[in-house]
Amino acid sequence: MSNPSEINGGSAVAMIGKDCVAIACDLRLGLQSVTVSGDFEKIFQYGGNFVAFTGLATDVQTVSTELRQKHALYEMVEERSMEPNTAAHLVSSMLYSRRFAPWFVGPLVAGINSTTGEPYVCSFDSIGSMDVSHDFVVTGTATNQLYGMAESLYEKDMSPEQLFETISQTLLCAADRDAITGSGGLVYVIEKNGKVTKKLLKSRQD
Amino acid sequence: MDTVIDQLPKSVDAAAALPACVNGLPNFEFPSIDTPSAFLRAFTDDASNPDVPIKPQHGTTTLAFKFQGGIIVAVDSRASAGSWIASQKVKKVLEINPFMLGTMAGGAADCQFWERWLGSQCRLYELRNKKRISVSAASKILANVTYHYKGSGLSMGTMVCGYSEKNNTLEPEIYYVDSDGSRVAGQLFSVGSGQTFAYGVLDQGYDYNLSVEDALTLGKRAIIAATHRDAYSGNSCNLYHLKPTGWVYHGNYDAAAEIWRLKEAEGSFNDIRTK
Repeated sequence: MSNPSEINGGSAVAMIGKDCVAIACDLRLGLQSVTVSGDFEKIFQYGGNFVAFTGLATDVQTVSTELRQKHALYEMVEERSMEPNTAAHLVSSMLYSRRFAPWFVGPLVAGINSTTGEPYVCSFDSIGSMDVSHDFVVTGTATNQLYGMAESLYEKDMSPEQLFETISQTLLCAADRDAITGSGGLVYVIEKNGKVTKKLLKSRQD
Repeated sequence: MDTVIDQLPKSVDAAAALPACVNGLPNFEFPSIDTPSAFLRAFTDDASNPDVPIKPQHGTTTLAFKFQGGIIVAVDSRASAGSWIASQKVKKVLEINPFMLGTMAGGAADCQFWERWLGSQCRLYELRNKKRISVSAASKILANVTYHYKGSGLSMGTMVCGYSEKNNTLEPEIYYVDSDGSRVAGQLFSVGSGQTFAYGVLDQGYDYNLSVEDALTLGKRAIIAATHRDAYSGNSCNLYHLKPTGWVYHGNYDAAAEIWRLKEAEGSFNDIRTK
């Protein structure tokens, strides 16, 4: 396990519903096999944009803080809020600026466009390749398990309540098959009207 | 007459699946190269090569200890290959015979094969000598095998537990045997990736004069502690109690349910986020 992306462990998933999006992450922070913390949040809020970072914890912290600065600067200079697709392009160019010495992170962006009302989710590799999706995106050490769950549970046009249930089951069941993902989960459901619900998932602690 | 029975193979050799025996040991083929262990490692060790074609199952927490009422054996039930959880309900206590238990840590296949083989050796001893084999003799048969194959890539850390006759009384015995060829007698052992976490609880709560109930609780508690902190241990705990009359199975306990229950009951596990 010398792969930097798999030292600390962790996973995230985002899904699109009808006039809503959801984004979820686990809470584990480990050092190889040892679970050091069960309270390591991997989702960060930038205005109406929610960004999850999985991967190397040190890079999760630096990239998320640096993005906070860039987001604040954007809103001051532009005198308007940042749309999700703009946030995604910002993340992408940040990551590509480190093309030859990458940050070991796998980000997800989720949000709702404030002018069109369109839900938006997007995933990236560690050097900024964007993958805009019209259903769901996954990242982290339980990627395979998340794809398996999401492919089978996902349906189009789910209500915020249905979306919460689906994304929670997807994360929880995936974590049950990954040794370094788990120790609780966090789910954000973002609705078109601006309502944001943040819920803690009490999951298995082994 | 072409009945179904006639179509069956004339002789069914149950042992045909096993390699032929040489000097009483199954004879395995080795790759014809200088260092078989290095060759094997390149194909099975995910630390030296993350893309290995064969990923043996590794992580584990197992423990056994002697006390006033006999021996407690407790194990977890997770099988992992890298970070992939390959199984959530592995039986890591191998019932060698009604009076002897072996625990399983390291390579699942190695432990399962050799402890089953050990069971047959113990039975043969019984038939030849009209008395049960001692734990020390049984563990030495296993240790002789692991020493014989030393350096060939076997991976096992096991505790052979049971009662044997010593100057006309039955005495409890625990032997730790591993793939380096070590064989150590002792009264308390924990083996596997979660061993340090289990030792932490065991050392804090162990006393030879523990009641049977308290000893069972301690064994289970130590495994649960390990499943919480060790990513490669978890899912559930299997509990056994060895008595002079043989072993008694004390059930399977879901680790997740146990942790939440203990958190409530003892006010422990306060690092778990609840809101």
